This record gives sequence, structure tokens and C-alpha cells, in this order.
Amino acid sequence: MKKETWKELTLGTINLNAGNSVQNLTGTWRSGKKPQFIEDKCIQCFFCWLYCPHHAIEVQGEEVKGIKYDYCTGCGMCSEVCPPKEKAIVMVKEEIKLAERSSK
Amino acid sequence: MSTLKTLNGNQSVAEAARQIDPDVVAAYPITPSTSIVETIAKFKADGLITGEFVCPESEHSAMSLCIGAASGGGRVMTATGSQGLALMWEMLYIAAGLRLPIVAGIVNRSLSAPINIHGDHSDTMGARDSGWIQIYSENCQEAYDNFIQAFRIAEHLDVRTPALVGLDGFIISHSLEGIQVEDDEKIKKFAGEYKPVYPMLDTDQKKTVGPIDFTDYYFEHKRNQIEGIENAPKVIEEVGKEFGKEFGREYGFFEEYRTDDAEVCIVVMSSAAGTCKDAVDELRNQGKKVGLLKPRVFRPFPHRKIAEVLKRMKAVAVLDRSSSPGAFGAPLFTEIRSALYDYPERPKIVNYVYGLGGRDIKGEHFKEVASKLERIAKTGKVEEIYGYINLRE
Ligand code: SF4
Ligand code: SF4
Repeated sequence: MKKETWKELTLGTINLNAGNSVQNLTGTWRSGKKPQFIEDKCIQCFFCWLYCPHHAIEVQGEEVKGIKYDYCTGCGMCSEVCPPKEKAIVMVKEEIKLAERSSK
Repeated sequence: MSTLKTLNGNQSVAEAARQIDPDVVAAYPITPSTSIVETIAKFKADGLITGEFVCPESEHSAMSLCIGAASGGGRVMTATGSQGLALMWEMLYIAAGLRLPIVAGIVNRSLSAPINIHGDHSDTMGARDSGWIQIYSENCQEAYDNFIQAFRIAEHLDVRTPALVGLDGFIISHSLEGIQVEDDEKIKKFAGEYKPVYPMLDTDQKKTVGPIDFTDYYFEHKRNQIEGIENAPKVIEEVGKEFGKEFGREYGFFEEYRTDDAEVCIVVMSSAAGTCKDAVDELRNQGKKVGLLKPRVFRPFPHRKIAEVLKRMKAVAVLDRSSSPGAFGAPLFTEIRSALYDYPERPKIVNYVYGLGGRDIKGEHFKEVASKLERIAKTGKVEEIYGYINLRE
């Protein structure tokens, strides 16, 4: 993405491209662990959705359906707050493919 | 038609504020600026202004409020000084970085410790790199005139940078003076209608104000900010001329007093310049070729214009009402000495710190400075580049 020169910037640091954080793929920050969603354990309490700092919980219709890995940083919050004894979100090891990541 | 009114410096600023009637005034009281805010509060209570008047819990909050109100799209002002300005520090940079044309009346006062409520320029000089335009006033009339012009300068689309107007604590803030107060309608017309750029209250246009900038954008935004204050000289000149045409009192970057054929020159800002004028008159009567240069605009610093006047002097003394501990001279001195560097013909130059914590500076002191300058001019030798006036040694 071409970055503006100082002359091209909007006055006063204002960003008129509101909502452009979708372009910021925070999923590239994950290092080593990722959440895995186990649908049949899920009680649809939406705690994960409420707590996730990156809005990375996938919701379809009225149901939690999984994780948006493009934005999930792997912080583990969703798994931590997931109430069932056998959690519906567990953190699993993730191999990081550096080449793939840097291409994003 | 203008009216001659007896007002002190604070009332003069408040009077200008009443006439301009900003959308929001947010301020916290502190000696000696309190009566600016108090007078505006009374105007509000008496129904003489329509803008909001907000009393937050501190100066930090006052400036935060100003920033919020100005981001929302309002014409905004505040007043403070000394510790109050110091407490605003963090927010001063934010106001400047967000290019919000907030106007502040600053009653210049010393900073603690030791505790002292009297006038010097330590407060605003400390804030000299915050990105604010700085304009200083010699007397109540100038405080009134400068405060009105500050809105026009700050709000100009090429500038959009906050501006502060300094007036000396007690010496000006609490001294009564006959000042020409212009007609309300004429001042309102001069100030004009304020048009915000990308106001947050325009909800049809989505935007983020003050987003995070890392290594990839911060530098460009800062350079963009610098451009605003660098565009200010043209506007300061235009507004000063227009003010002169409209009201008969023209303003520039500085005032020259009997400098035409002067061989030595004293540079001093604000109220002390008034005393210095009397001393220069007396010395002139004795046939001494002494002049005075009184800077009005300190940020942006009119370096070339000042150097053009001073370069032909034999000796110059820059008097600072603040100190910059550990630096090579106080703020005004370092600016001027640096401005003269590019001129092959340049005067000998010395720096005197005076008046800290409200210590008097009298005619006799200016005369002492002038005779030291004459000695330097004659011998071409500077014995002490940096000294103090009216200090027990
Ligand atoms: S690991 Fe963190 S970022 Fe990822 S989905 Fe869970 S709460 Fe959100
Ligand atoms: S917190 Fe666990 S149980 Fe609740 S909705 Fe999320 S995944 Fe399902």
C-alpha cells in the first residue's frame, strides 16, 4: 500500500477512511498458539464474543460459529472465559509459516 | 465608534472574549489569570454571551475539554498561567498536533519552586516547543487587540494552529489602563464566522480523530503540523495590517522604538518594554544612540526580520524574563543569536535575565544595560556574555 507524503495527509491527523482497521490483519501477530472451536461443546453463551479484544469470533445468524483467524491474535481470552467444563474453545499449537506471514 | 474604558489586563481579555463569544470557554482559575475566567462567568450569568462556559476540575481537564469541543467543531478558548499552563502541558501538544485553533489567554507567571505568584515568562517559554503560536502584549490595549487577532490567525485555513496571548502577571493583568474597546459588531465582523474542518459533530462524514501513528506515519504528521505554524507569518502580517486599517492600531512581528539611527539596541518583550521606552527617551535626550526592539510574536519566531534590524547595530542586549538552566543563554537570546549567525556583519550580543518571580526592572536598569552596550560598542569586547539584572550578587 502506498503511503502518503506529509503534504497529502488530512489536516490534524484525521483519518477519513473510517473503519479501515479491517485492513489491519492482526492475525499476523499470532505466535505459537491459536484457538480451536469445538461446536458441539458450545452453549452459545457469547462470552467469547464479548471478551475477544479483536472481534475475531465468527458469528453467523445468531450463533457462534468459529474464529476469524485473519484477526485472531491468539491471546487466549476466549478460551479462558468459555464456561463449559469441557471448553468449546481450546488453545492448540500452531506452526507459523514465516514466508506465508510476511507475504500478507 | 470605539469607547474608552478603564480596564485591567484580565478584563481586557474578557472583554475581547465577550465580543467574540466563542462556542465554548473551558477554564480553571489560577492567580493571576482568575479574573479573566471570573469575568467571563459573570458575562454568562448575565446573559451577555451565548457560548457554553465550563468549569472542569483542573487545567489538564480544561485543555482536554477545549480539545474535545474544538474537535466537535466549536470556536474555543481558555485562560490560565504558570502551574496551570504547566498542568496543561500534555494536552497543549495534542491541541497543536490535532491542528485545533484554540485560543488561550496566558497571564505570564513564574513556576514553582519556590512558590511565587508574580509575573515572569517561565510558563510560556517552557511551552515554546508545544507547537502553539505565541504572541506577547506590552499593555492592556495590546492584550485586547492581540486576543482578537489570535482567533483570526489560529483559525486561518493555512494555519489551523492553537495560539496563546501572553500578558504579564499583575503588572498588566491587574493594572488599570484606559483602553479603546471597539464596537461589538465590528469585532464580531472582524473575527468572522468560524468554519471547522472535519468536525466530529458532522456525523454524516465518518472519521477517526487522533488515531495511533507508529513509525510509518508519525513523522509525516509532525511535518504536516510544522507547516501550519510556518504558514502563520503571512497571516499574522495580514491580520495585523487589517486590524490597523479597521481600528487604527497596526501590528507586526515586533515593534521598533527609535532604532533608525541606533548603534546599540535593547531587545525586551512585554510590559518591561514600556519602561524601556522611557529609558530610551531619556538616553536619547542625552544624545545616546540607543534603540529598543520589542518582539511581539515569539512563535513562529520572526528570525529573518529581527536579524535584518539588528545586524547593523554595534551591540545588542537581549533581556529574557525566564531562564533556561544549563542552556547557552535564555530562550529569546538563543533565538536571536542564532538568527544573526548567517550575517557576516553582526553585532556583539549579550544576554541578561531579569524580573524572575516578578522582580522589578526599572529605568535605571535599562540605563545600566545601555551603558554596558556602549562600552562593548566602543571596545568591541564582550566580557560577560550572560548576566542578571537587579539580582543581589
Ligand atoms: S484468542 Fe484472543 S483474539 Fe483470538 S479469538 Fe480468542 S479472544 Fe479473540
Ligand atoms: S464462550 Fe464458549 S460456550 Fe460460550 S459461546 Fe463462546 S465458545 Fe460457546
